[in-house]
Amino acid sequence: MTRQRTIWLVLILLLLLPLFFIVGGALLAGDGRNGRSGEGALTVFAAASLSDAFEAMGRQFEAAHPDVRVTFNFAGSQQLAQQLAQGAPGDVFASANVQQMAAVVESGRIEADAVETFAYNRLVVALPPDNPAGLSRLSDLTRPGVRLALADEAVPAGRYALTFLERAAEAPELGADFEERALANVVSYEQNVRTVLTKVALGEADAGIVYASDAAAAEVETIEIPEGLNPRASYPMAPLEDAERPALAEAFVNFVLSDRGQQTMAEFGFIPAGAPGAREAAPEEASP
Amino acid sequence: MSRSPHRPRRTLEPRNRWWLLSLPLLLFLALPLAALILRSSPRQVWLNVQQPAVYQAIVVSLRTSVAATGVTVLLGTPAAYLMARRSFRGKRALDTLLDLPTVLPPAVSGVALLMAFGRRGIAGGALEAAGVDIAFTQVAVVLAQTFVASPFYLRSAILGFAAVEPELAQSAALDGAGEWAVFRHVILPLSRSALLSGAMMTWARALGEFGATIIFAGNFPGRTQTMPLAIYLGFELELDVALTLSVILLALSFLVLIGVRGLLGREGE
Repeated sequence: MTRQRTIWLVLILLLLLPLFFIVGGALLAGDGRNGRSGEGALTVFAAASLSDAFEAMGRQFEAAHPDVRVTFNFAGSQQLAQQLAQGAPGDVFASANVQQMAAVVESGRIEADAVETFAYNRLVVALPPDNPAGLSRLSDLTRPGVRLALADEAVPAGRYALTFLERAAEAPELGADFEERALANVVSYEQNVRTVLTKVALGEADAGIVYASDAAAAEVETIEIPEGLNPRASYPMAPLEDAERPALAEAFVNFVLSDRGQQTMAEFGFIPAGAPGAREAAPEEASP
Repeated sequence: MSRSPHRPRRTLEPRNRWWLLSLPLLLFLALPLAALILRSSPRQVWLNVQQPAVYQAIVVSLRTSVAATGVTVLLGTPAAYLMARRSFRGKRALDTLLDLPTVLPPAVSGVALLMAFGRRGIAGGALEAAGVDIAFTQVAVVLAQTFVASPFYLRSAILGFAAVEPELAQSAALDGAGEWAVFRHVILPLSRSALLSGAMMTWARALGEFGATIIFAGNFPGRTQTMPLAIYLGFELELDVALTLSVILLALSFLVLIGVRGLLGREGE
């Protein structure tokens, strides 16, 4: 009899286990939210290509606002847009392209008027430091046997790379078959622009098309892509409408747009969004 | 499924209680799978399968996972025999090592494979010098799948081999059978269902491999893009395609499990 009762008990406990997880998870999630909305906590959703620049930006912002803690959620813009559309709590969204920002605006989390372009990015060809394939010009990318890595077209960087190849077909110095022959050398469409860079830095790929800002931070050589062929990636950002600390969110956006913030963007290989000093950082306004 | 007739018939009440207690977990497991099927129609699946991207992913997946299973059976059977019927120093450590890939995050496996067999990896450089090109090829996909999935076969085969009574092998040996003959005619037939079900589990796991593949083999439609990779990238571009491939993988996994149960069940009778 006792054995049977023990079996019963164990089984009931096992069956209750999922319930514990659900309840525990809900409690933990609640905790996380409370922690986040505590004194001066700011959550920024930012595109993966912004990670280095925004880490630095976050430290500078924290230095200017000593009681503020900035946490980042870095991922592909499309992933972030999806998370936000599904209601993930946050304060600021910084996207690597206009489409994903538009998606979040459409979901109602961001007001269209609040969106500001804070930087531009351009593409470069990244090469491993020892350049095993001996590439020196864009036209070398079509040489048979060169292993070229691009980001997948689901990722903004991948779409920009395809745009560049399309435009290159019209450039007389590269030739009409440049796009076709370059695409024939593609060995992988990577899941994001950072993995393209990693595969190049590791020497797995002979070349990869990445953002100039990514290449600036990594140990890779580069081949420049001429202005006319180079798609310019716009980086828009905005505070979320339902931000738990709207004043802080606003202050962070202003900080990125300020001279100081724009200079940081430039240091990390981005093109600042013109009109320096158009908006000044306003720390007083933000102090909680 | 037949209820034994001589067991005394219980009242309905405790049985209902069992059902009631089981329901939350059963529902929790069944609902997402049902949702996957409800969100797509057979017509939609059929139309999507004809898209080159989907069709190619299925072909790549089937080719690589069958190859990975073949490699595993070929090289894993001797290893399993060794583990099951010999004792040697360091056996326990090796036993743990064999299980490691099943608990490692697949992404870790991918990075490890890259460091070993990548072009600049420990073994990759020598391989490339020898003219063997692994990076970004289907071979890389097979390696990733084998690394992650072979422990399932090994585990099952070791158990199968170990379950054969030593007396059977001994008496066969007394009758003059050599070790190879004993293996071939006594041990192998007796552990057949364990080997087969292990191979099927390995195949199913290889079919679902994602993390190690995308890191080690990259992603190229028709070459290294398997079904899980196409689902991951398609999820952001075309949900429809991701749904179709998910339904196919679900169906295949289901069939594998039914097959394994059938095998083990038949042998058990």
